[in-house]
Amino acid sequence: MIQFSDPRIWLVIVLLGAGTFLIRFSFLGLIGNRDLPGWLLRALRFTPVAIIPGLAAPLVLWPAATGGDPDPARLSAASVTIAVGLLTKNVLAAIVGGAGTLYLMLWLVG
Amino acid sequence: MSNDKPLTFGQGVRAGLPFVLVIGPFGLLFGVVGSEAGLDLAQVMTMTFLVIAGAAQFAAVQQMVDNAPVIMVLVTSLAVNLRMAMYSASMVPHLGEAPLWKRALVAHFLVDQTAVLGIERFESRADAPLHEKLAFFFGVALVIAPFWYAATLAGAVVGSRIPESFALDFAVPITFLAMIAPMVKSLAHLAAAITSVVLALLLAWMPYGSGLLLAALAAMTVGSLVEVARTRGGTA
Repeated sequence: MIQFSDPRIWLVIVLLGAGTFLIRFSFLGLIGNRDLPGWLLRALRFTPVAIIPGLAAPLVLWPAATGGDPDPARLSAASVTIAVGLLTKNVLAAIVGGAGTLYLMLWLVG
Repeated sequence: MSNDKPLTFGQGVRAGLPFVLVIGPFGLLFGVVGSEAGLDLAQVMTMTFLVIAGAAQFAAVQQMVDNAPVIMVLVTSLAVNLRMAMYSASMVPHLGEAPLWKRALVAHFLVDQTAVLGIERFESRADAPLHEKLAFFFGVALVIAPFWYAATLAGAVVGSRIPESFALDFAVPITFLAMIAPMVKSLAHLAAAITSVVLALLLAWMPYGSGLLLAALAAMTVGSLVEVARTRGGTA
């Protein structure tokens, strides 16, 4: 559960909205028709694959629901999600595969 | 010389429609996860309306659950959205001549689906006039955004009634992995993803998610270097 006070939650929401808008508006609105340096464009393309796996890894290995102990059901679910996502390139199929594995394993292992 | 039909709002709507299948469940999940994490309906909906970016929204909620300082919540979630600067740059040659308020509106709706469909269509129809390109873009946006809002609302409303046995704690990591796996299209992406995982785990002791940021910077560098090395290797 989020422990933030209400004003702090609102602060995050408003600043996240404003910051996201500024990122989206950056070139269209402010910087104009200027080319980005190649190295920067290249690095920007890698931002999702650079951040999201690192964000997910501790949640997979040390889930809060088990008090931080690695858990076979969650490890299998994560592996199936990655495998289905890599093979099908389909977000929804990967979610369904991962959730199905999680429930099957929780039901089997308890 | 093109004899293609003009770009229209309706074409945008049709191009955007298949993505509803991804956005619907995804928005639903954000509504559920956000309200389970303790956000009220107004907070969930304001975030979803302003941000319209699933990964950043999930990241922000997760960082708040982890009780990270506001600045780290923002830096992490905004970093996830940095790719949109690239979308913004790719829209400039096509929509850069529009009046400021229209460019601002385009920016608000510049999400993965509108950007990718827009870039693809505008590049094949570079000769199309500005008003047609804008019509197409807003056609896509008007399918994607309302669906995202409605799905989030539905999730937020039912969210708090879902029992604990559904193990919703794990919805967030599954969603993260499901989003990222299809993006791993090359060795460079794979190298970046592995660097991110290994360093994020090794640096997890660092306070307030700062280890994650170092891991992300290193992963972007590794990804870029591998891509450059492979491009050079391929052309040499």
